[in-house]
Amino acid sequence: MPFSLLNLKALMPEIFLVIVASVMVLLDRAVREKAFFFWMALVGTVVAWLLARESLDLHFGASYLSDHYGFFFKTIFLLVLFLTILISPGYAKREGFHFGEYYGLLFFAVCGMMLMASGTDLLVIYLGLELMSLSIYVLVAMAAGDPRSIEGSLKYFLLGSLASAFLVMGLAVLYGKTGKIVLSELAGWLTSDKAVLTGILFFIVAFGFKVAMVPFHMWAPDAYEGAPTPVTAFMSVAAKAAGFAALGRIFLLAFYPAYAYWVKLLIPFAVLTMFVGNILAVVQTNIKRMLAYSSVAHAGYILLGIVSGTKEGLSASMLYLLIYAFMNIGAFATVVLMQREGRVGESIFDYQGLAKLYPVPAFLMLLFMFSLTGIPPTAGFIGKFYLFRSVVHAGYPIIAILAVLASVIAAYPYLRIVMLMYMREPEREIKLAPSPYIWLALGLSALGVITIGIYPGSLLTSVLASVF
Amino acid sequence: MIPLSWYLWLGLALFAVGLFGFLARRNVIVMLLSIEIMLNAANTVLAALGTRMQDVTGHILVFFVMAVAAAEAAIGLSLVVLLYKRFREVHMDEVRTLKG
Repeated sequence: MPFSLLNLKALMPEIFLVIVASVMVLLDRAVREKAFFFWMALVGTVVAWLLARESLDLHFGASYLSDHYGFFFKTIFLLVLFLTILISPGYAKREGFHFGEYYGLLFFAVCGMMLMASGTDLLVIYLGLELMSLSIYVLVAMAAGDPRSIEGSLKYFLLGSLASAFLVMGLAVLYGKTGKIVLSELAGWLTSDKAVLTGILFFIVAFGFKVAMVPFHMWAPDAYEGAPTPVTAFMSVAAKAAGFAALGRIFLLAFYPAYAYWVKLLIPFAVLTMFVGNILAVVQTNIKRMLAYSSVAHAGYILLGIVSGTKEGLSASMLYLLIYAFMNIGAFATVVLMQREGRVGESIFDYQGLAKLYPVPAFLMLLFMFSLTGIPPTAGFIGKFYLFRSVVHAGYPIIAILAVLASVIAAYPYLRIVMLMYMREPEREIKLAPSPYIWLALGLSALGVITIGIYPGSLLTSVLASVF
Repeated sequence: MIPLSWYLWLGLALFAVGLFGFLARRNVIVMLLSIEIMLNAANTVLAALGTRMQDVTGHILVFFVMAVAAAEAAIGLSLVVLLYKRFREVHMDEVRTLKG
């Protein structure tokens, strides 16, 4: 391919994000006005989405393809970024963040995610993954006043780097066997000898760490609890979606010829992830830790779509990730709303009697908890329904039954919070830390949860059409 | 001429050494070193394969992996500095504020 500036048009949104992020980091010390960075970040997110839409169907050689699959995920990332920016200012001011650095790192992370979602060779996906991970390690350590923040970040960093070592080794093995790194070419050269299967196993381990699949989930609760709450919201949704974007494209495109082999490995992981995540969520009393285990369990559900190996399954996973973005960011936005200095608002007992004092946040939390459980009028039910249906259609009815059992266990931790909010008298003093932007984020999330829950039809067709 | 398989065994052995070091040692700096060893094991394999296949892709991959490893080391070491400032300790076993 002859190089020309025209080819770079496919990468416009990523280039734009990097420029905005660099400018924000550079201006951090020069501009004292915190609102400046806030608005710059919000506008930047919207512009990046418009550019992503503009660059649809363009490609950069064989390495990068801006298709509808990638665009769907980019929409999720930018939506999550938008909502994260909205819930950040109060928290960030209280913790004394440098706003330019904070938003800049968020932008770098999203740029990495976009490369993962649209990259069509292993090198680009690897680099995107590293850009995302390295930015998030720093974001987790951002609340440097809190020792938990550093500890969580370090644990995430060590296990994340181990995962990327596995990814590089897997890449080396596959490159050695096939001589290719472009996903679509790899598929044609894939043989089923031991070396290739080992390479695939390495990829499963690497992405297992990234999406917090059991038994590679140990970092998740620590990193989620230690991180500043808006960062937890961001990484629990966006980093997971990015991991699944790459996982879906690699496994269902490049490794599809070896489907019969890797599905046997993924099924036990998926089942284990659902059960372990939900069972450990039951015993948590810190809400961020509870949501961390819940996010482990949700990784298990989403994995089912990949396990089914069909277009229908992949589209169900994609739909679930979008729904998960709304409900999880909503839940974390409520946690941010409850949090004041220190650990206040992190224990689930801080939610006792919330409904009596503040009915609106309590009702929104109820909505998000119902959605995470998968109770009908909400979007969570629709997501689970399509996922489980795709597994049944792919010929694994027993896994669908296990998944339903796992989500029954999940009802306990979520509904316990609802119980505490509605059926107990307030014991501790509850003070909210409201800001109009958090209300906007909560409103948008609630709107998403309800709208998708009631009218899933048109969204589902468009998701199905965007599968590669 | 050294056969290709020697390089591959070397890479595999290095990877195993790194993995063992990561799992067995609790000193954060040694864990970081172990990860570097694992990455360089992959680099050895990639460089050997690239040379054997007369394909430049393998060498390009090595450069990218090296660059990323450098960035990773920068962030890892700065986290270690933060950790030491806070806990006066670089052993993961001694750093336990998060449980459950």
